[in-house]
Amino acid sequence: MVDQTLRYRSDEPVSDPAVTVDAFADQSNATAVRIEPGDDARALLPHLDRIALVEVNFPVYGDGRGYSAARILREHGYAGELRAVGDVLLDQLSHMRRCGFDSFAPEQPISAEAADKAFATWPEVYQKTVDGRPAIWAKRHPA
Amino acid sequence: MYQYDQYDQAMVDARVAEFRDQVERRLAGDITEDQFKPLRLKNGLYLQLHAYMLRVAVPYGTLSSRQMRLLGDIADKYDRGYGHFTTRQNIQYNWIKLEDAPDILADLASVEMHAIQTSGNCIRNTTSDQFAGAAADELVDPRPYAELLRQWSTFHPEFDYLPRKFKIAIIGSETDRAAMKLHDIGIQLVKNDAGEIGCKFYIGGGMGRTPMIAPVIGDFVPPLQMISYLEAALRVYNRYGRRDNKYKARIKILVHEIGADEYRRQVEEEFAHILTLGLEPPAAELERIKGYFEQPGFVADASDDLDLSDPDFALWVDQNTHAHKRAGYTIVNISLKPVGGIPGDASADQIRLMADLALEYSFDELRVTHAQNIVLPHVKKADLYTIWQKLDAAGLANANLDLIGDIIACPGLDYCALANARSIPVAQKISTRFADLGRQRELGELKLKISGCINACGHHHAGHIGILGVDRKGVENYQLSFGGSEGADTSLGTITGPGFNEDGIVDAVEKATDVYLAQRTDGERFLDTYRRIGMAPFKEAIYG
Repeated sequence: MVDQTLRYRSDEPVSDPAVTVDAFADQSNATAVRIEPGDDARALLPHLDRIALVEVNFPVYGDGRGYSAARILREHGYAGELRAVGDVLLDQLSHMRRCGFDSFAPEQPISAEAADKAFATWPEVYQKTVDGRPAIWAKRHPA
Repeated sequence: MYQYDQYDQAMVDARVAEFRDQVERRLAGDITEDQFKPLRLKNGLYLQLHAYMLRVAVPYGTLSSRQMRLLGDIADKYDRGYGHFTTRQNIQYNWIKLEDAPDILADLASVEMHAIQTSGNCIRNTTSDQFAGAAADELVDPRPYAELLRQWSTFHPEFDYLPRKFKIAIIGSETDRAAMKLHDIGIQLVKNDAGEIGCKFYIGGGMGRTPMIAPVIGDFVPPLQMISYLEAALRVYNRYGRRDNKYKARIKILVHEIGADEYRRQVEEEFAHILTLGLEPPAAELERIKGYFEQPGFVADASDDLDLSDPDFALWVDQNTHAHKRAGYTIVNISLKPVGGIPGDASADQIRLMADLALEYSFDELRVTHAQNIVLPHVKKADLYTIWQKLDAAGLANANLDLIGDIIACPGLDYCALANARSIPVAQKISTRFADLGRQRELGELKLKISGCINACGHHHAGHIGILGVDRKGVENYQLSFGGSEGADTSLGTITGPGFNEDGIVDAVEKATDVYLAQRTDGERFLDTYRRIGMAPFKEAIYG
């Protein structure tokens, strides 16, 4: 599993198993947590300083709740690893990256080359998100 | 009209390249049809009953002559010489080959057009008032805001896999010509007592199998917080909209189930957070876009005089033109509803003719309407007779705007993989039954709308007369309803009773119009009479 993870961070990967959101609140030593689509990402906000890895599960690619979960965590300052796991497809990678994911563990392996190509799909972006890319409107009106 | 800069162009060019790569992977067998489906749908490519159908976005229904001409050329080059204008102000081609689709997108990109997000569970093409920038009753021109929406919604990374499709309409007149309250989000630009512009958000409307009129969620959101408010509204929906049942997945169900007050509370909470993030394009960007929507160079002393001695021309002027904000000018509606025709269809030659007329007589602009017609928004009255003659010669001078012949109909079972019944033949039979223009005018404004399935693409819920095709034990059956309306007096139709076969529904419609003629008082439309006297007299005539 680990060798299939595409990772875009320079720190060491977390080796702890990810626990559920419910279990996480009771385990003060846990550093990795896994969000299911129905979980409220905001439940993690009080604990962000002790989390090193958040896995966001996509049981089916069409369930887009994980995109909001990722952005919410990043918008509140979460700086640890944010990993998309499950039914993560090549054509979704660029949007996931824009929402703050920085590692990917797809069920169907994706090559690093294909992933790089996917990230380069959009030369520009219309929205400001959490990935630091300047929106087109910002480029049109430099401060 | 808005014009792309290098950024906008780079985005559609990137999309063409991306889709070409996806089609190649599909044709090579690298991805399955299941994996390809959501990708092609995000480019408006459906697999229908007989062929692929390509839906091209017409952002807020606005086209230049160059764009319109290309739409005609695509019809010739890649389809069977026709295009079909839709109830979402878009155009569809019904006979497309998969391998041609990337080339079509490349052709579209050459005139600043695309098929981005014309399908799929994402934010669809924003619709608007077809008279924007021209109507005499306009308060705020909605087009700059619609363009801001277009850019914000294009490839939005968080909202590409919503529970269900998402449709936004924006208007800036008191008169609602865009069925705004029947959208997932309807935005009405309003002014307060101080003359400041605000966005009034109607959220949770829709048609489909559970029609609902949207409640007001945001009363007066400043225009420079419009995008932030949308981010909040969409995020609440993306997180909490139902995903267990696709028929209950639209935002209207969420708003209905938790209630407008609770939905509003959640949106406001999220909105307060979003406002801290600085996601909103600056005022300078709105001003930049507004610069593209300056009033065209109207002639100051254009005359309001019209020679109406040709009676056919006089009828057309009376029925198909609308008051313009400038003296000496008018708005021309080109009805794509000839007697016995397919609503919304236009031939390649007709499309190019309309493009030529726009270039010569309407400051290079056309609009597509949700009633599946075309508008020339800025026409000098002195040019009307010449325009009418050219339209007439091309079969486009149908003087039936908003009359019973101006039928809205979805493609139905003739094309659509979702349909339960055919819509087009019913529209054609009704149109033929009421072919006489004098009779149509006697009946007055009468909006008849036909859907071939419960998804309601033909807006039957909002028809003064609505027709819904259903499948009854393998036989096409048509349910009739009265009393639907869009606009300021938005209401949903009520079903009359048992359904009819194809000929029976035409007879039933005719009987209903007889009841109206017998019962109406001065100045009443069909809808008004129905609202006053109720269903009983109609039922008696139809089923008695």
